[in-house]
Amino acid sequence: MSIFVDKDTRVLVQGITGKEGQFHTRQCVAYGTRVVAGVTPGKAGQDMDGIPVFNTVADAVQKTGADCSLIFVPPAFAADAVMEAADAGIRLVVAITEGIPVLDMLKVKNYIEGKPVRLIGPNCPGIITPGEAKIGIMPASIHKPGGPIGVVSRSGTLTYEVVHQLTKQGIGQTTCIGIGGDPVNGTNFVDCLSAFEQDPATRGVVMVGEIGGNAEETAAEFIKTRMSKPVIGFIAGITAPPGRRMGHAGAIISGGSGTAQAKIEAMKAADIHVCENLGTLGELCQKVFK
Amino acid sequence: MKIHEYQAKELFKKYKIPIPAGGAAFSVEEARKVAAGLGGWPVVVKAQIHAGGRGKGGGVKLARSADEVNTVAGQILGMTLVTHQTGPEGRMVRKVLVEQGLNIKKELYLSIIPDRASAKIVLMASEAGGMDIEEVAAKTPEKIIKVFVDPLLGLQGYHCRQLAFGLNLPPAAVKSFMPMIQNLYRLFVEYDCSLVEINPLVITAEEAVIALDAKVNLDDNALFRHKDVLEFRDLEEEDPLEVEASKFNLNYINLDGNVGNMVNGAGLAMATMDIIKLAGAEPANFLDVGGGASAEMVENGFRIILSDKNVKGILINIFGGILRCDTLARGVVEAATKTGIKVPVVVRMEGTNVEEGRRILAESGLNLITAADLKDAAQKVAQIVK
Repeated sequence: MSIFVDKDTRVLVQGITGKEGQFHTRQCVAYGTRVVAGVTPGKAGQDMDGIPVFNTVADAVQKTGADCSLIFVPPAFAADAVMEAADAGIRLVVAITEGIPVLDMLKVKNYIEGKPVRLIGPNCPGIITPGEAKIGIMPASIHKPGGPIGVVSRSGTLTYEVVHQLTKQGIGQTTCIGIGGDPVNGTNFVDCLSAFEQDPATRGVVMVGEIGGNAEETAAEFIKTRMSKPVIGFIAGITAPPGRRMGHAGAIISGGSGTAQAKIEAMKAADIHVCENLGTLGELCQKVFK
Repeated sequence: MKIHEYQAKELFKKYKIPIPAGGAAFSVEEARKVAAGLGGWPVVVKAQIHAGGRGKGGGVKLARSADEVNTVAGQILGMTLVTHQTGPEGRMVRKVLVEQGLNIKKELYLSIIPDRASAKIVLMASEAGGMDIEEVAAKTPEKIIKVFVDPLLGLQGYHCRQLAFGLNLPPAAVKSFMPMIQNLYRLFVEYDCSLVEINPLVITAEEAVIALDAKVNLDDNALFRHKDVLEFRDLEEEDPLEVEASKFNLNYINLDGNVGNMVNGAGLAMATMDIIKLAGAEPANFLDVGGGASAEMVENGFRIILSDKNVKGILINIFGGILRCDTLARGVVEAATKTGIKVPVVVRMEGTNVEEGRRILAESGLNLITAADLKDAAQKVAQIVK
């Protein structure tokens, strides 16, 4: 079992003919992901390694039955691409694109509200159910199929570090999700935690947060009141100076809120196993999850 | 991107948001000229730096005559202004804004920001203007009016009325406040602002509503569609190393410690800084070379880290995904050979093409210290700088 994606997920790639789109589509296909279509406006009728390309998402969905879209469209056009996918009846949109303007994302977020679509990202590595489907840009080799641990994170490479440590300890993953480093994103920690709680194959969760906003505090409240499975939490940015954007648009301490300390305290108060030293995460997982 | 008050007021002018008569000046002589053109006394001379709290730091002064303009502009231009936002080293003042003095009856607060939690655009207003709004929010949150606007619908009339009546504006002021707030919202949306703040927004004795101050921050991600404001960027207000890094699309922030570090990915970069501190040392910087860094970017990152003279050791932590370890290794070798680095470098690599990367480093003949994992790397580099 897994959450959100599995071996039957039918993926279309928006921006499939671009450099990034091509490279990562091939990686996903090599992993066994069912990539059934691509969309690049003006290139209908062409194909990428035998994958048919369409002008619009609606066409691609109608012809191929795709239910998930992976987006590599440049930032200026990415919001439009997400809304197009939502409008075409796509169930799951995974937006990799980094650098989408905040006001564009505000529109997207309000537009998809109430529609039967889930957005993961943007500015994220994507989602992988090891051994079944990789829908994103994460290196496949570090994952271990079969569970029993779910991973949810705001960061890309930091997720790889966490997954790598789990795998090195012999602990497999059910599903790993990067929810993205932007201030306004789709799926949040609570959505993922709630799905992991309901997934029978998942026995525990590693949650990786960072400074900025209050998503971790909200997640801690959820874990305290609604989760029975053990959760390990890590927060990046204890040494980050206030008022500076630490790479991710969303990673900024402003006006004393969004600090790592506040998040760690909230997690401890919710009985989350807080990992204070990333170098020892694997060992902590071994202790908590075995 | 941050811009100066006088630049923000140029945008205000474009959107017909009332501001005091005035102009920017880069010298005492220019300041005197601007003041003379205002046709009345007193005038206010305001230091233009990218930080708040200028008044308390002595960067805003009143002048009642041309002679006084000479004196205060002379004091402010060239001063090192220290405020709670500049840090103890302060900021050199290179320009001032000279404005007409007003008969102020009341000071209000007004701002617009995107709210990440609700995904709405939030307008905030308060009768407690002129003060630090975070302090007001913490101590007397009931004094702040918040209006949430759906970005798909835009600002409605009732939103404006909520603000106007919530602020207890006198009837004459309500009339001019309504179009002002509409225009301010339009400016916020059309320029992709991440913050528009007027503190204080004043009601004059004549019941006019005027933006005495103006703060506008622009969303860096949206600058591609606002070419006209790119010239507002003031490189003198930024750290020279950060300016250099931005030329190569590197995310660099200069810090106080002595362990330089280079990492791919912002989250992992923050976590690497944290683990350096846990090992008993202090990070000298934040540097995210990004997911798809080239050998050239790695080389430039290296050069920028080394131009910080405090750096006594370097930790490179790369988790190869899109950025392959062999690419990174080539960049490191190239940079190390060209710059002739004298400080010890600890390298921790994992992920795509890691064997090839390790081979390139080992065969380079450079004195690089390899680490087994993240913990090992942090301990090794902390030991070096001790």
